[in-house]
Amino acid sequence: MIPGPFSYHRPATVADAVKLLSTLGDEARPLAGGHSLVPMMKLRLASPEHLVDLHGVAGLKGIRRDGNTIVIGAMTTQHELLASDEIGKSLPILDETALLIADPQVRYRGTIGGNVANGDPGNDMPALMMTLGGSYRLEGNAGGRDVAASEFYQGAYFTALEPGELLTAISIPVPPVGHGYAYEKLKRKVGDYATAAAAVVLTMAGGKVATCQIGLTNLAETPLLAEDAAKAVIGTSLDPATLKKAAAAAEAIMSPAADARGPVEYRKHVGGIMVMRALQRAAGRAS
Amino acid sequence: MAKTHITMKVNGAEVEGLAEPRTLLVHFIRENLSLTGTHIGCETTHCGACTIDIDGMSVKSCTMFAVQAEGSDITTIEGMASADGSLSALQEGFRMMHGLQCGFCTPGMILRAHRLLQENPSPSEEEIRMGISGNICRCTGYQNIVRAIQYAAAKINGVEFREAAE
Repeated sequence: MIPGPFSYHRPATVADAVKLLSTLGDEARPLAGGHSLVPMMKLRLASPEHLVDLHGVAGLKGIRRDGNTIVIGAMTTQHELLASDEIGKSLPILDETALLIADPQVRYRGTIGGNVANGDPGNDMPALMMTLGGSYRLEGNAGGRDVAASEFYQGAYFTALEPGELLTAISIPVPPVGHGYAYEKLKRKVGDYATAAAAVVLTMAGGKVATCQIGLTNLAETPLLAEDAAKAVIGTSLDPATLKKAAAAAEAIMSPAADARGPVEYRKHVGGIMVMRALQRAAGRAS
Repeated sequence: MAKTHITMKVNGAEVEGLAEPRTLLVHFIRENLSLTGTHIGCETTHCGACTIDIDGMSVKSCTMFAVQAEGSDITTIEGMASADGSLSALQEGFRMMHGLQCGFCTPGMILRAHRLLQENPSPSEEEIRMGISGNICRCTGYQNIVRAIQYAAAKINGVEFREAAE
């Protein structure tokens, strides 16, 4: 399987990358880790005339803490997230999630920027970014702007990115010390996309849930924030009746596709179970 | 499409060649460099047969373009044995523990295990199994592949290889 022909570009700066993307127009695609795009090109489901390889742009790499915010360069790989002490300390849910993405080889190449920018409903990081209240830095010819993850996803492979814009960094507010977290992902095998997955970040006070956010992966055309489900658990000790209520509230907003991962009713049902498991595990970790 | 001149280091030797941008790294290695030990299995980034080591990373060479490897340092299965032909600990482990049946997945398994042991010299059985989760053996001989990697880890660490009780 050999991709169609294309011209290869390797800019060294964000400005040059943005200039190339806006000059070359619709026929140009940015190339990050390439583990979504290159297989699509081999199947000829994608045939861009120009690839703008971002591996030469040093400014897109790295993880830094800016006050109470973690800023992650778009070309930071899943492997680099897992190796980062800062992520392990401040955002352990990123490690838990990254380990459930694909396999070791893919994690050496796959980037967090590609994962969130592609708009694939099966990708794991987008729901997590919504759960954490993250935002994306988009750079274009006319300048930069910040878009909240919760405002970014419009449909499958359809995002707020305008033609010629590049997602350059992700900012995530650090959750409070002692927060509980969990990412529960049901998949058919290692490396698969989720049949259903749920992210939970919460805080507890006196044995009761004080704050809670819940995100859902691959249960609609876009990642979802399950706001009613999160509201249902506030002030409770996550007793069985509350967990069931939260699962039902989450299932009410799910609209998964029927595919090889199962029929709609099954995927919604296990989606609810992922929500309950993630809530329980997150609460067990909170202090 | 015009070809690009590419240089890289493969198994310690500086090599060069011409390739179109769309040429996959695995094709460049097999066809331009005539190093056919790196296998092409699924071509869809699932099976790991084409795994090589690039700049300290295990990479599926069917999912990277040759032009992207410009200036990089690559190890393939042909670079695993010493110059005098003596086998590396991993190759010896696969031989001693019968870690291969048809052998098709073996180059990818060995290159992946090579990087795994560089990063984690004493992995648990679970860590080995997760570490090779991007490599598929269609003979399904995983048990002996895990033993082969345990054998190599023990040898590299200078300890006696002991099999866990059944």
